[in-house]
Amino acid sequence: MGVALTRSAQWTAAGRGTGTLETTPLNEAILKEIIVFVESFIYKHPQEAKYVFVDPLEWKTGLNPSAFESGYAVSETRVKSEEVDKNGRPLLFLSVPQIEVRSFGQLSRLLFIAGNTKLREAQACIEANRNPIAKILGLDYDTMKEDSSTLNILDKIIKDGDPESEIKMKVAMLLKQLDLHLLNHSLKHISLEIRLNPATLKNDIELLKRFSGKGEETVLESIDYTSDYEFSNGCRAPPWRQIHGEICYVLVKPHDVETLCVTCSSEGVFLNGGKTDDEGEINYERKGAVYKDLVTFLREKSAKFSENMSKQAITFKEEQQQQKDQPNEEPKKDEAVAFHKAVTGSDRSTLEKNQINFGKNQMTKRLEPSLNWKATVDFKERRNLVRDTQEEKHGGRLEKSRPSVSPGKAQLVRKSIDKIEEIVSESSSESEEDEEPPDHRQEANADLPSEYWQIQKLVKYLKGGNQTATVIALCSMKDFNLAQETCQLAIRDVGGLEVLINLLDTDEVKCKIGSLKILKEISHNPQIRRNIVDLGGLPIMVNILDSPYKSLKCLAAETIANVAKFRRAWRAVRCHGGITKLVALLDCGQNSTEPAQSSLYETRDVEVARCGALALWSCSKSYANKEAIRKAGGIPLLARLLKTSHENMLIPVVGTLQECASEESYRAAIKAERIIENLVKNLNSENEQLQEHCAMAIYQCAEDEETRDLVRLHGGLKPLASLLNNTDNKERLAAVTGAIWKCSISKENVTKFREYKAIETLVGLLTDQPEEVLVNVVGALGECCQEYENRVIVRKCGGIQPLVNLLVGINQALLVNVTKAVGACAVEPESMMIIDRLDGVRLLWSLLKNPHPDVKASAAWALCPCIQNAKDAGEMVRSFVGGLELVVNLLKSDNKEVLAGVCATITNIAKDQENLAVITDHGVVPLLSKLANTNNDKLRRHLAEAVSRCCMWGRNRVAFGEHKAVAPLVRYLKSNDTNVHRATAQALYQLSEDADNCITMHENGAVKLLLDMVGSPDQELQEAAAGCISNIRRLALATEKARYT
Amino acid sequence: MNRKKLQKLTDTLTKNCKHFNKFEVKCLINLFYNLVGEGTERQGVVLGLDRNAFRNILHVTFGMTDDMIMDRVFRGFDKDNDGCVNVSEWIYGLSLFLRGTLEEKMKYCFEVFDLNGDGFISKEEMFHMLKNSLLKQPSEEDPDEGIKDLVEITLKKMDHDHDGKLSFADYEQAVREETLLLEAFGPCLPDPKSQMEFEAQVFKDPNEFNDM
Repeated sequence: MGVALTRSAQWTAAGRGTGTLETTPLNEAILKEIIVFVESFIYKHPQEAKYVFVDPLEWKTGLNPSAFESGYAVSETRVKSEEVDKNGRPLLFLSVPQIEVRSFGQLSRLLFIAGNTKLREAQACIEANRNPIAKILGLDYDTMKEDSSTLNILDKIIKDGDPESEIKMKVAMLLKQLDLHLLNHSLKHISLEIRLNPATLKNDIELLKRFSGKGEETVLESIDYTSDYEFSNGCRAPPWRQIHGEICYVLVKPHDVETLCVTCSSEGVFLNGGKTDDEGEINYERKGAVYKDLVTFLREKSAKFSENMSKQAITFKEEQQQQKDQPNEEPKKDEAVAFHKAVTGSDRSTLEKNQINFGKNQMTKRLEPSLNWKATVDFKERRNLVRDTQEEKHGGRLEKSRPSVSPGKAQLVRKSIDKIEEIVSESSSESEEDEEPPDHRQEANADLPSEYWQIQKLVKYLKGGNQTATVIALCSMKDFNLAQETCQLAIRDVGGLEVLINLLDTDEVKCKIGSLKILKEISHNPQIRRNIVDLGGLPIMVNILDSPYKSLKCLAAETIANVAKFRRAWRAVRCHGGITKLVALLDCGQNSTEPAQSSLYETRDVEVARCGALALWSCSKSYANKEAIRKAGGIPLLARLLKTSHENMLIPVVGTLQECASEESYRAAIKAERIIENLVKNLNSENEQLQEHCAMAIYQCAEDEETRDLVRLHGGLKPLASLLNNTDNKERLAAVTGAIWKCSISKENVTKFREYKAIETLVGLLTDQPEEVLVNVVGALGECCQEYENRVIVRKCGGIQPLVNLLVGINQALLVNVTKAVGACAVEPESMMIIDRLDGVRLLWSLLKNPHPDVKASAAWALCPCIQNAKDAGEMVRSFVGGLELVVNLLKSDNKEVLAGVCATITNIAKDQENLAVITDHGVVPLLSKLANTNNDKLRRHLAEAVSRCCMWGRNRVAFGEHKAVAPLVRYLKSNDTNVHRATAQALYQLSEDADNCITMHENGAVKLLLDMVGSPDQELQEAAAGCISNIRRLALATEKARYT
Repeated sequence: MNRKKLQKLTDTLTKNCKHFNKFEVKCLINLFYNLVGEGTERQGVVLGLDRNAFRNILHVTFGMTDDMIMDRVFRGFDKDNDGCVNVSEWIYGLSLFLRGTLEEKMKYCFEVFDLNGDGFISKEEMFHMLKNSLLKQPSEEDPDEGIKDLVEITLKKMDHDHDGKLSFADYEQAVREETLLLEAFGPCLPDPKSQMEFEAQVFKDPNEFNDM
């Protein structure tokens, strides 16, 4: 207790004399352990409890004398225990507020009396008695404890020969045990907080480097630092990143994945944005989950790595061990490194041989430097030792603390795995290869908890028992905490999964039920899911869906819902006819007048339908399954279930619909089945999850105009708008804003939203929201700002500043929407002034450099109104150094949307003569001419406009002719789009100022086409066409005149 | 037995039995007399199925195999302890077998498992009932060890008041938490499949049942 208290407990910095314990989880845990020890003392060691302390423990108590009852002499301010020591002093003496206690018996009772306040009492006691051991046993015991040998104490006591000292010795031993226990306990707390440091990282990277290279056997192709310079503190990250805790950046090339750029920081290891291609700078933004170290990270990212790693695991671990254990024996380690290098240098077969040797036969490794060898053996021995003690002690008191600590950690790991799997499951095509997250087999068997052995025993009974024994074993297994990864993996590792799945194949209904109840729970673990699929569990469960017993059907469907979270499982369910059967389950929930019988085999029909929907929800993430559900007639059934009012039924139903609504066929069916009405109704539900899924489904469906109208007609816009006000649940907020975005594509809806004051709320959501929400909010604003009133609202609510601020983000979808919204705002001169003041145009301009074509295009479009409406636009554009060259060079892009946008931008830029001169110098004419042969009407239109603008400078007209832009332009007149006609006619009119161009036009039959255009109701078109014809005609007249004169 | 008497019997039994309707009672009475055989009707002697005949029915019709449990089931049916199941006991017993509520079944099963009838299922009784439930592994030194362990596991799961034996309250609580434990110490109710078959056969057309 002494050592633990001085070393582990976290004292406040107030200094030793008057220090108090900080209220940290660790301290609390220690205090609780002490309380448990003291409380049970009186029962466990009745004799020792009577032992009288050398000095009493004194502290200020918060207890009232009146709390003490029998066994005490109580007066108003004093309490004396009736128990006294041999000198007649009471063993407990309280004189408010000071208290003195002289035995464990009294301490136990005191804590009992203290009841709720025992933690406070214990803390006060420990704080007042910084060295309780010395007080309890006398100072000499305390000093002896420093050399921490129990033998000495024993010696001392034996020499004393005092009859009392035997008890004293026992007390000493007990305290010693407690001390040890507390230390172990706190160690576990502390070990959870260990962070990465430069030295361990360096070791890891060095080791990995040694096992990298070309060839199949290595774990990685290469691993390198991005920077060769190492700071004196061991970090390689630049100092301004070191303040974020980042240590170094590593480029890793695994065999099966492309090069990963990884940030190693003290918090853990994660993927960063990679090297940006132009300056070789690193994009420091985090791109994925944080892993506890490099090896775990790579295991997750590369299957090949984990495979090869497991082959070499033993070697690797040995080395890690060795480096951790013997950091002082540097030179020898170098020897080992040298040896390794020699091995990698020599031909591969010896390498392989050696690797096998590493694992299996240490004795033959004569070549290996002795140190390495020793480490291996040590490690192995230790492992065995740990296992032995485990077996002996399980159930022992020391053991108890173990499981209490591990779950937290396990949970963390599980969470991260879950996350990854979610990412994997996003994409729904099944043709790609399954990327399996690596299997975390229990690492060594160093730390098997007692549950492991109990579960092993139960599995034995499952295997060797008849129906009765099996049911008992199953029920007992169900009592373990199956949500805990230790138990889940224990069941698998002792071969329980096979047995459980086999049981499903028997005729014993009870065994099936019991087995499914367990499978249902443990299949929350992604590894177990994969194991179940590997063992062929899904076809059997699919068969059970046909069972006549409803509860069995339910359990099977629920288990399938848990297991079917990845592609292989989806396929398995579908291929064994599972989708049809699950859809059939949905048909159950109709007759509501059935008895609610809770017998073993029966359950309510609604429940069956609910479980069916749950399973379909899981399966509906795959495209092929969506099709299968539709073909099996699932949509009408889902539509019917949607009319119920049970929330737990509605969530999976709406969830399924929401997944499926990504398909066009579903959206049509959803419209046809009048599902929107019910989705809207459920938006008004109390359940947040349900609201979220409904909004999500509307978001998916509202791509379609008719659906958008339906949402409005059923009064869905109001609940959507009011849900905006609750911003705590981010998932729901994302879904709701998404629905609003898509709905606001229709003008009528926008009007409604304005009525509901949704636009103001949306502007408020532009700050402090996660990206998923921002994308939708900005998208919605972009749609709303197409109307004048809304632009005014956005400006008045101060929405322009946050929008412009978002232009510096990196999220592609967000940038596309932000540029669109900013562009929409810029249509209004007053807003444009604000944008200009905030330097928004420069930001838009720099987005033309963004690698994503969508962003480029969107930025180009947004620039058009900016240039149109900016005051002194020409000067502004010129102020962007290199800006014009950038725009012109974008004409080399191969994305039609980008090209159209850039052409539009150029049209606007060219309105300024000076700028037109500059872009001409940058070669805009040949680039535009090169684009002329296109069939895309949108591009044609903007290209023609750009051409007509660019003709206004110098000899550009002639240049267009020289670059053969005229003939293709004439063909534009055959398009069906009047906008194209108008732009083209104008361009041709400009071009026709040059004689050669007129000839080309005439040769390409422009006159006849233009004559038709003259008859167009569009005045501009008329004029341009007529002007062009007149130019051609005039040329003809001039030539004739020249000929005949 | 004449028709009038049969009619009367059917009426009284129907009145006293809440789970069967009149038709079903009639079918079951017919079945009973088919099983007992008409010839044995004599004045003063109670008509009934004796232990062996009844066990035979349990085995053939309801697929039970455990001798001890079948004996206990017979006791459960034979309310008046006269060594044979008479017609009203037959009807009552079957009403529980086929239609019993969870409460009734719990009470019945507990009585079956409480071998000595003292109101508790003791460790010894459990051991007795479970002793054939594990495959004997020749390698094990103490073949009973597994059974003992199984008894401990069961106690840990079901003995809520920690007195080392199961009272009805313990049992009831455990079963309500996990219905699978209803027949914790051996199958003493018909499994759903044979139950369905039985009902289909008996209640559909009683005349075809003669050959059983």
